[in-house]
Amino acid sequence: MLFVGVSAARADAFDDTLQKFLTDSYTDTEAGVTALGAGGDVRAFAVVKALQDGRLLADPAARRVLIDDGGALKDAATGAVVSPAPPPADLKRVRLNNRLRRAVEAALGALTLRAPDPARRLDAAQAVFKSRDAGALPAVEAALSQETDTRVKSALAMARAAILITSPDAPEAARIEAVGMLRERGDQSALALLSALPPGTPATVQGAADSAAAAIRNRLQIWETAQNAWYGVSLGSVLLLAAIGLAITFGVMGVINMAHGEMVMLGAYTTFVVQEAIRQKAFTFAIPGTGIGFSLPLPAALTLDWSLPIAVPLAFVVTGMVGILIEKSVIRFLYGRPLETLLATWGISLILQQAVRTAFGPTNKEVSNPSWMSGAFELGQLSITYNRLWIVCFSLATFAMLLAMLRWTRLGLEMRAVTQNRGMAACVGIRTARIDALTFGLGSGIAGIAGVALSQIDNVSPNLGQSYIIDSFMVVVFGGVGNLWGTLVGAFTLGIANKFLEPFAGAVLGKIAILVLIILFIQRRPRGLFALKGRAVEA
Amino acid sequence: MIPRALDRGTIVFLALLGAVAIAVPLLNLALPDSSPLHVPTYLVSLFGKYVCFALLALSIDLIWGYCGILSLGHGAFFALGGYAMGMYLMRQIGGRGVYGNPLLPDFMVFLNWKELPLAWWGFSSFPYAMLMVLAVPGLLALVFGWFAFRSRVTGVYFSIITQAMTFALLLAFFRNDFGFGGNNGLTDFKDILGFNVQADGTRAALFATSCLALMLGYVVCRILVASKFGMVLIAIRDAEARARFLGYRVESYKLAVFTISACMAGVAGALYVPQVGIINPGEFSPANSIEAVIWVAVGGRGTLAGAVIGAVLVNYAKTTFTSGALAPYWLFLLGGLFVGVTLWLPRGIVGTIAHWRAGRRITATEDAPDPSGAAVATKPQAAE
Amino acid sequence: MDLRTTPALLYLDAVSVSFDGFKALNGLSLTIAPGEMRAIIGPNGAGKTTMMDVITGKTRPDEGEVLFDGSHDLTALDEASIAVLGIGRKFQKPTVFDSHTVEDNLRLALAGDRRARTAVAWRETAAARERMSSILETIRLTAARSRLAGNLSHGQKQWLEIGMLLAQDPKLLLVDEPVAGMTDAETHQTAELLRTINVEKTVVVVEHDMTFVRALGVKVTVLHEGRVLAEGSIDQVSENERVVEVYLGR
Repeated sequence: MLFVGVSAARADAFDDTLQKFLTDSYTDTEAGVTALGAGGDVRAFAVVKALQDGRLLADPAARRVLIDDGGALKDAATGAVVSPAPPPADLKRVRLNNRLRRAVEAALGALTLRAPDPARRLDAAQAVFKSRDAGALPAVEAALSQETDTRVKSALAMARAAILITSPDAPEAARIEAVGMLRERGDQSALALLSALPPGTPATVQGAADSAAAAIRNRLQIWETAQNAWYGVSLGSVLLLAAIGLAITFGVMGVINMAHGEMVMLGAYTTFVVQEAIRQKAFTFAIPGTGIGFSLPLPAALTLDWSLPIAVPLAFVVTGMVGILIEKSVIRFLYGRPLETLLATWGISLILQQAVRTAFGPTNKEVSNPSWMSGAFELGQLSITYNRLWIVCFSLATFAMLLAMLRWTRLGLEMRAVTQNRGMAACVGIRTARIDALTFGLGSGIAGIAGVALSQIDNVSPNLGQSYIIDSFMVVVFGGVGNLWGTLVGAFTLGIANKFLEPFAGAVLGKIAILVLIILFIQRRPRGLFALKGRAVEA
Repeated sequence: MIPRALDRGTIVFLALLGAVAIAVPLLNLALPDSSPLHVPTYLVSLFGKYVCFALLALSIDLIWGYCGILSLGHGAFFALGGYAMGMYLMRQIGGRGVYGNPLLPDFMVFLNWKELPLAWWGFSSFPYAMLMVLAVPGLLALVFGWFAFRSRVTGVYFSIITQAMTFALLLAFFRNDFGFGGNNGLTDFKDILGFNVQADGTRAALFATSCLALMLGYVVCRILVASKFGMVLIAIRDAEARARFLGYRVESYKLAVFTISACMAGVAGALYVPQVGIINPGEFSPANSIEAVIWVAVGGRGTLAGAVIGAVLVNYAKTTFTSGALAPYWLFLLGGLFVGVTLWLPRGIVGTIAHWRAGRRITATEDAPDPSGAAVATKPQAAE
Repeated sequence: MDLRTTPALLYLDAVSVSFDGFKALNGLSLTIAPGEMRAIIGPNGAGKTTMMDVITGKTRPDEGEVLFDGSHDLTALDEASIAVLGIGRKFQKPTVFDSHTVEDNLRLALAGDRRARTAVAWRETAAARERMSSILETIRLTAARSRLAGNLSHGQKQWLEIGMLLAQDPKLLLVDEPVAGMTDAETHQTAELLRTINVEKTVVVVEHDMTFVRALGVKVTVLHEGRVLAEGSIDQVSENERVVEVYLGR
């Protein structure tokens, strides 16, 4: 197959080049490698590759070059297996030194530039861009003239520009043109090239490079700001998810639930249980040491990709039920005594944490990302991971659904009625106790949903909730209690502020700074960003 | 003002505390190990720890029980007092550390620091360190309280921001470059005032000192609550707006009591550190502060003796549970305690007993007073 | 501002307060002469409570002037300072210190040093004890003096609160719905009590109960939508067309 499309004249030139490997001289070998790299023979790649791997053998007696292909010896010129094999004593391995190795790499690069597979050509062009080996210039230019694939073509052009700009021999006009191309490219590596030109570069080129570097820096600055903003939005969506349930229980009902974080944690564990069941192809429940338990088989078609669509409603139901249970058994008796509610719910949080620790163990549980949430894509200079993107969308969707529910459903109407005027609501026939329980269940259920999302980006452990509870309260208080829009704005403001502070202050100090800022902010506006005003609140 | 403060109950309580302060060290030092009445040294330290917790509980009771301010950040004042003491103890190690640096504590040598940070200035002097034990928590409370009370941050809002405060300090103290030993905190203490901290005699003396501090704290609290100052505190707790419209500057009262309370917590922390031999950022954890609140709730808030009894009882239970096979169940019990006390014992142990006795005394003639002041409301407060 | 700019004890001029766009007070102007008793009526949301809030420093007006005793700008002071100046306020819902005794409630209200730093060393004077006894007589709670305020009946709490206002020795008393939830007999007694107080002090009463207002027999101001709708004797305002329309009903 190596013979396809090889003309006789070329074959001769190729044969001549091969002769250079027989002399056991570094100078000749280098000349040979360079010639192979510059020439266009398709057989060249195998030869240079073999040379790099130490599999190229010279057979001076027969004046031929052999490639050791896993024990079988092949003639480099014909590709045919040589038989009978010459005695090993007659063969000499073609030796390399450091200088030669560089030549070999350059030759390989040049040869790959003409590989049939566009992906490999692209890789090769990018490799040349990085190495900007002046020796590769003829190969790059040759490849450029024949290239048809636009992406490879632009990569080759970049590689050429990278070589030209650093090469002192290139004409000034060509170098300035190269500066222009790098300026177009405008990324970190272009910047590195432009800002580190070799000494002795003409002033015109240097000047063009400096202004191009400045332009790139500006552009990168903007991209960096955008990236920070994206991280901030991502953190904000996490905060929103964690705080949105609290905005219901604390904001709307006025019940301070310190076990809110544990509801999030239960949601995350629900996801773990769902994934575990899918992995085992059966949902197994057993109380250790009692022999009590059962096992439900699951359809084999169920894959981990389905785990989240199943876990979201399930987590909502599980944590919602736990929430209703807590409301019915404890919180109901403590209405109007917020400080006692705080203590009692803290107690509940301890119990829930320990219960989960007992049932699942104290260590982190592995929750995997479904395939549609793995990976990342690039948007300009932005790198966006799919799981973060999904969480942003998910949190906004949850928020929208909650708003819609409160505004347009019967339950939402009754909830608003009860929280605004309990006595009047009771008078018009709303069963306020039931609404209280349902509202609390709703808030808890949403916390559970948040847990499903957070299981995708955080460690699932019994302490999961603890790390979110303070942040969630900060978001709700900052945004203004009793105002869902305030929670939305609060979450994203805090998320973005946090990420913009991090580069200056570091992660921990940034967080401390945010806490201090919120504490100061609460002094200014004790009822948050979007405080409800008026007599009803003052009472 | 002093006679009014020292009523019969207070004198009995102080006498009991005084007796413990003398008896425990005596039984430890004077009796041979073989004697059945001998108190082993580890118990002296353990009891000393309880006494420090009792002082912390007392400080919380003063603001929560009497003024209705629920601070979830008192663990921070306790820890700051502890760090001030710890810094003194670190400086006393001198050249005896692992690295043998006469000036710098080991962790600074390890971090390759060349000189003592400014914050450590003066801590080789005991009086200066003791001043800081009071001043650092006091100043933090003063500044924090000034901001919070002036802008009328009350109720759960205050609780939440105090929790955020201690959380921020937790994060800060975890950092190595903050200069207080980072994750590991301060430990490996050698001497206090020239006495070996490990010696039986020193431990007995520390125990007695803690008891004295508790007695002093108790007397201070009694003087405050038995005076008009205390009457105003209770007035603020019951009806803040009414107190304001009567012309009392509520902020001043709150700020004063919050600062005094923080200083008391600082003293408790300072006495705690030499007895347990370590102070680390974990003491700032919000969970610690809330746990201290439940001691007060169990004992009975608004009753000073209740705070002390609650702290000792809960911590005794914790020691018993966490050292045995029941350790995994401690958090269930503690959580249950939070729920149970708020639901069924809102007055706490001492408050319930006092209520029951007062009720029996008065049933025939009049109505029963409500010493805990647990105003039992039944209606939910919307969006408050 | 030591110059006395108005002879009135309380002077409100063009006071406006809005909450999220809702105008609770809309250019309210009102003067109360020293020694006067004034009844203020109006439908719900007319701005009665907001007016009280503005006078006592709880709410800051967006615009307008509020002067007390001719020289004190109330918009620049906080609740405690205004109380010390001599304005006492009774809330709509009786608000007393539940876990203090009746005596201690009055003791806290008695005029005197309010500062925190002197409170620890505070001692009661004989004069204060006498004054407390006389107030207890006035509010008919002598027998209940050592009971806890939290255990008093609703009417007794209302009176205790009025007693606390008296103990405070203010120049002006603001009384918000003093007879809400009282029996007829209690209502009658309260009217009498207020008239007794009015001998020495200026009183502003906000009330819904028209029988009670009639029993007081004083000048009436009708508020509507945050401003004064009518002013005059009870008979005059009862005949006012607009008042009948918005408040009294036909």
